[in-house]
Amino acid sequence: MADKMALAKAINESLRRALDSDPKVLIMGEDVGKLGGVFRVTDGLQKDFGESRVIDTPLAESGIVGTAIGLALRGYRPVVEIQFDGFVFPAYDQIVTQLAKMHARSLGKVKLPVVVRIPYGGGIGAVEHHSESPESLFAHVAGLKIVSPSNASDAYWMMQQAIQSDDPVIFFEPKRRYWDKGEVNPEAIPGPLHKAKVVREGTDLTLAAYGPMVKLCQEVADAAAEEGRNLEVLDLRSVSPIDFDSIQASVEKTRRLVVVHEAPVFFGSGAEIAARITERCFYHLEAPVLRVGGYHAPYPPARLEEEYLPNLDRVLDAVDRSLAY
Amino acid sequence: MTVESTAARTPRRSAGSKAGTTGTKRTTRTTAKKDAGAEPQLVQLLTPEGKRVKNAEYDKYVAGVTPEELRGLYRDMVLTRRFDAEATSLQRQGELGLWASLLGQEAAQIGSGRALRDDDYVFPTYREHGVAWCRGVDPTNLLGMFRGVNNGGWDPNGNNFQLYTIVIGSQTLHATGYAMGVAKDGADSAVIAYFGDGASSQGDVAESFTFSAVYNAPVVFFCQNNQWAISEPTEKQSRVPIYQRAQGFGFPGVRVDGNDVLGCLAVTRWALERARAGEGPTLVEAFTYRMGAHTTSDDPTRYRGDEERQAWEAKDPILRLRRYLEASNHADEGFFAELEAESEALGKRVREAVRAMPDPDRFAIFENVYADGHALVDEERAQFAAYQASFADEGGN
Repeated sequence: MADKMALAKAINESLRRALDSDPKVLIMGEDVGKLGGVFRVTDGLQKDFGESRVIDTPLAESGIVGTAIGLALRGYRPVVEIQFDGFVFPAYDQIVTQLAKMHARSLGKVKLPVVVRIPYGGGIGAVEHHSESPESLFAHVAGLKIVSPSNASDAYWMMQQAIQSDDPVIFFEPKRRYWDKGEVNPEAIPGPLHKAKVVREGTDLTLAAYGPMVKLCQEVADAAAEEGRNLEVLDLRSVSPIDFDSIQASVEKTRRLVVVHEAPVFFGSGAEIAARITERCFYHLEAPVLRVGGYHAPYPPARLEEEYLPNLDRVLDAVDRSLAY
Repeated sequence: MTVESTAARTPRRSAGSKAGTTGTKRTTRTTAKKDAGAEPQLVQLLTPEGKRVKNAEYDKYVAGVTPEELRGLYRDMVLTRRFDAEATSLQRQGELGLWASLLGQEAAQIGSGRALRDDDYVFPTYREHGVAWCRGVDPTNLLGMFRGVNNGGWDPNGNNFQLYTIVIGSQTLHATGYAMGVAKDGADSAVIAYFGDGASSQGDVAESFTFSAVYNAPVVFFCQNNQWAISEPTEKQSRVPIYQRAQGFGFPGVRVDGNDVLGCLAVTRWALERARAGEGPTLVEAFTYRMGAHTTSDDPTRYRGDEERQAWEAKDPILRLRRYLEASNHADEGFFAELEAESEALGKRVREAVRAMPDPDRFAIFENVYADGHALVDEERAQFAAYQASFADEGGN
């Protein structure tokens, strides 16, 4: 039976289900226990599963991921929380040099089913280091899988699948969408974790996004519809691997593609998509693949973030430019 | 004589085997038991009742403190608290996006801050409003980043007070490197790095201890142990009192009553003197309490009881100095009344300054990204300008 719940609550319910169904699942992070996380994503889990399974860690991100690797070597399935996107970098070394590579180095003998949860993205008026989108910094590293849900149902099911994955998964949670409600059906049969979804069918142009920008793209499509333009919106859901087949299928139909993400455009995931889709769809494209994203500048202070983040007008502007070719 | 001790706080035990155990019957304990032989020593010169306690080691560092200077320390603490309260109100009114209150930590910050010389250099966290005050940084400058108009907003070299650092512990390495530079220059300045009990778990902090010890850097590590890292009590960070960690790195550590401004002044002066004399790093653990929430986004009622807060209220840093000033006739009614008026004036000035603080120009996004410029930034700025201008053409914006 489907319940309507906030995206954060959907992750909470998914973690609860995982803790309940697999005694090897552990939750680790700063303030995840009694407080239930600064966004309350782990609310009530320590109370119900105890301090040995829902673990308040010392404030040391390298330690959190490094010990999660050790626990995974011992047969556990740690789901670790990095409190904010900008705090992941002390753990970057462990993630890049160890977590990503150990399976290959052990010739496949070692599996590291670690999930690294990272609330990411801006739009919440936060102070520095609390609004960043570092997914490309991880996507560049082979051995990691990277996903980002855009809605409550996906958050629930993608978390189930991420925990079940025998590969390390970086799970980027769109923090500005934490409070958005959606239907979650715990009895549904989910599709594959890394497959994109067409969330709105259209014929004139494809908007591709993931995480927080999917909702924006849907709003853009609504606005464009008022001007008689029929846009298709693709929720990529996964940044590594990227479901290029679904993008290709969409672009062969619409012949135009705009990729939207909060992360800086320069070396962002949109660059990879643009290159691959240009290779795959060269003769179908009526316009170059355009990208809308952050600038090559540090994430600005809160009072400027609306200028920095993609918004309705900026995406519509890209749509106009694409259609003008 | 009251000597605070961590013994009063029982280590929390794991709920452990109760729920969802997965393997052996071994009793697991997630919080380490304290070593009974290592009862922490606490330097205290002024008791919560405002009594001056003799201390053979540290008295000499405050022996020359005049009544006027004592009143100065009191004034610093009162004004800092007033500023802090104003900032909290401004957040509640929506003028600031966030505020990290220092309530309860005034003595640790003013005591250590007033121990510094102008040529010393401070590396703060994001809560050192009292130290900033001592350095002469205008309080309104601290509010820009909390209002969201900038990510720093003052010239670190203007007052030898680095920008606030949000990623905890990072600045301890910067302080160490700066101190290495001071030593290379043959200067007798010292450097002080502030951090908290939570940050003490970070690798960067351990690495800063290592580097400072190996290079004998003139740095003072000033840890304000305010008992809580958001929701996590200090025993989640350390099995031993934090000051004792220094020993393993080869330099001295001392715990001082962080609510005793005289004690903090004395101990910091001692540590700075060691640095100037070429004796290398020192770790000071100021044992204090975060009376408020971690930030205005936090709700401490979810994880700690009010009894603890009440117990610390009795050890208030401002109250005890007031008692001492009154008992020793170092300050009269006129002084307190004048300070009250000054305090209100400061609140008003801060309030007005924040409300008048303009939003940054949108092109500020592209400012100061590089010292020597970058072609892509120039290109994106031009695109941004053209995009903005397209609205002007339509009569919008």
